[in-house]
Amino acid sequence: MSGGVDSSVAAALLAEQGHDVIGVSMQLYDQGQTTAAGQKAFGTCCTIDDLYDARRVAAAIGIPHYIVNFESQFGEHVVSNFVREYMAGRTPIPCSHCNSDLKFAELLDRATAYDADRLATGHYARIEQDAGGRYRLFRGADNSKDQTYFLFSLTQPQLARAAFPVGHLDKETVRAHAHRLKLGVASKPDSQEICFVPDGDYAAFIERKAPDALRPGTVVDGAGQVLGGHGGVHRFTIGQRKGLGLSSREPLYVLEIKPDQAQVVVGPKGALDRTHLTASTVNWVSGLAPSDWQPVTAQIRHRHAAAPARVRAHDEGRAELEFDAPQTAVTPGQAVVFYDGDEVIGGGWID
Amino acid sequence: MRIYLDHNATTPIAPLVVERMIQAMRDVWGNASSVHHFGQQAKAALDEARGSVAALLAADPSEVVFTAGGTESDNLAIRGAAEALEPAGRRHLITSAIEHEAVLNTMKALGRRGWQVTVLAVDATGIVSPDRLRAAITAETALVSVMHANNELGTIQPVAELAEIAHAQGALFHTDAVQSAGKVPLDVHALGVDLASIAGHKFYGPKGTGALWLRRGVRLLPPTSGGRQERNRRAGTENVPALVGLGVAAELARQKLSTEGARLEALRDRLEAGLLAAVPGSVRNGAAHPRVPNTANLSIEGVESESVLIGLDLAGIAVSSGSACSSGTLEPSHVLKAMGLPHGRTLGSIRFSLGTSNTDADIERVIAVLPPLIEKLRSLTSVGGRK
Repeated sequence: MSGGVDSSVAAALLAEQGHDVIGVSMQLYDQGQTTAAGQKAFGTCCTIDDLYDARRVAAAIGIPHYIVNFESQFGEHVVSNFVREYMAGRTPIPCSHCNSDLKFAELLDRATAYDADRLATGHYARIEQDAGGRYRLFRGADNSKDQTYFLFSLTQPQLARAAFPVGHLDKETVRAHAHRLKLGVASKPDSQEICFVPDGDYAAFIERKAPDALRPGTVVDGAGQVLGGHGGVHRFTIGQRKGLGLSSREPLYVLEIKPDQAQVVVGPKGALDRTHLTASTVNWVSGLAPSDWQPVTAQIRHRHAAAPARVRAHDEGRAELEFDAPQTAVTPGQAVVFYDGDEVIGGGWID
Repeated sequence: MRIYLDHNATTPIAPLVVERMIQAMRDVWGNASSVHHFGQQAKAALDEARGSVAALLAADPSEVVFTAGGTESDNLAIRGAAEALEPAGRRHLITSAIEHEAVLNTMKALGRRGWQVTVLAVDATGIVSPDRLRAAITAETALVSVMHANNELGTIQPVAELAEIAHAQGALFHTDAVQSAGKVPLDVHALGVDLASIAGHKFYGPKGTGALWLRRGVRLLPPTSGGRQERNRRAGTENVPALVGLGVAAELARQKLSTEGARLEALRDRLEAGLLAAVPGSVRNGAAHPRVPNTANLSIEGVESESVLIGLDLAGIAVSSGSACSSGTLEPSHVLKAMGLPHGRTLGSIRFSLGTSNTDADIERVIAVLPPLIEKLRSLTSVGGRK
């Protein structure tokens, strides 16, 4: 229970259906460390205010509520990976790691110890079990709120224990339930930023976390000609246009990041198009990797309309994907998630 | 039926206390400073309560100052004595590393304002050694504050000996007796202290009530200014109904001190021995003696207290560990850290503190429930493939 409307309604609906529900909120990081001196991280995900909201909801629906301290696990599985990825010139998605390595791992373990059958969250996603006993993962019924992009790495054992009580609802209905159940969070705005960087300034966060690893470098064009300097590759992401500190006649975009040389390659928008990518640490939700090219739609960012492509599995958890039409800004570190209609086939991390 | 084993955090209010408080709230609403009948009625109620609190401490009623709790009593004692002794050139304060935050943070606050503060270390028994105090005290020491019984371990500190050392250097001695009042006989004169704090809700009285006992002749410069209540030592109109409750609770505690103490000690010893035998890798924290009769503190290898606490609560058993921070999560106990225990042992500590409601059956249930829970928590292998 994050203190937001989705997990609050998820808990409330389960309680209303007569389930024996235990409310749990995760304390993930020390508020004092998240922002620069003098700033307070109030009002964002998992702050003390959010824990208060979660507690109020739990009291209102009559379930016990506990706060579990996962600061060290969160630092180990999520934050350190986030920093490492940016330093390596990649653009990470901490939410996915939080789901697969924390919520549906450490927290699920706790749930097991307390004899809970399922771990329910407020994610917009749906799980179905087919006739053969296999669990299938589908986009949330409200496609505009769908969160399967962040859940692609859930495995069969994890899906077997997961429940997404609001996955079949749209956001409007979820809020209506919250109002009907008189939950104090009914009108609370959705969280937007990555929770542990509430001000959205990732570069400043990385700089506070890894001050010794910062390495200034150069911004170059496709021909290797130096156009300017920069304070570190962690400040850039593929497709970025703003903040390059360059003046040129045509708009320039980040095409490639070379952390070894501390080099950022820029060029015209057209040069961002790619049809091919490879991915690592691929999870096939069914547990079975396809043996040959398989037609899918593939999503390469949270806000990317899945595009037709074909994918095939390689050894050691790798996969190769060909889009039918070029896609802009294929970004290393982001996830590529493969769908068949609304069903998640699998996904991996873009190389 | 839920089992409550967290009496060192707070106690359920005694039915007679509730009854007398309700009565006082309804009927004794006068201002105790007023001259008229209504004031006299309130004053009489306060006098009676003061007598009961004094009796619990084997002290004279005129030496009892009512406060709104243990924290306020500690602040009044430490800040009041420090300020009063400052003109005499005594700007050194001594306390121990295992004190309650009410004492530790008050000392820290004075430290920021120029007082020199020495925090005495403890060894793995959780007892403050008189030798350490002897080494730390100087002619500039204004006040030494060492608790009577530790809230987490229950260990009883050698207060009489420590107070003697303080007095030999002309320093005052304060003891936070919040965790011993009502659990063991308290005689402030036998202890030889100058100031002692107690809190009503630790012995079946109401929250928001407490008292500071101070030896006649000890001067304080109270941190709060205002009216002349409590002989000029605690300004503000007295909360008569609450203090009536404190008095009743003190009286009840005194009456059953010896019988209840022996009963709880037997239960506690059974619980402790039972768990140490049934849970592999469990160990008692702090010295077994001297200790208040109701407290047992165990560390359990390979588990975090947070998960044990939640698991026990879901099984209907309320215990505690360390101290809760503002968000409600647990932090490793500063007391266990001060004892120099290894990190794993400070993370896995559980405090059981018994009280009037506890029975043999409660103890049997805990001994039956905890070992399998620990086994389960230890055996977890994440379905996410991690551990």
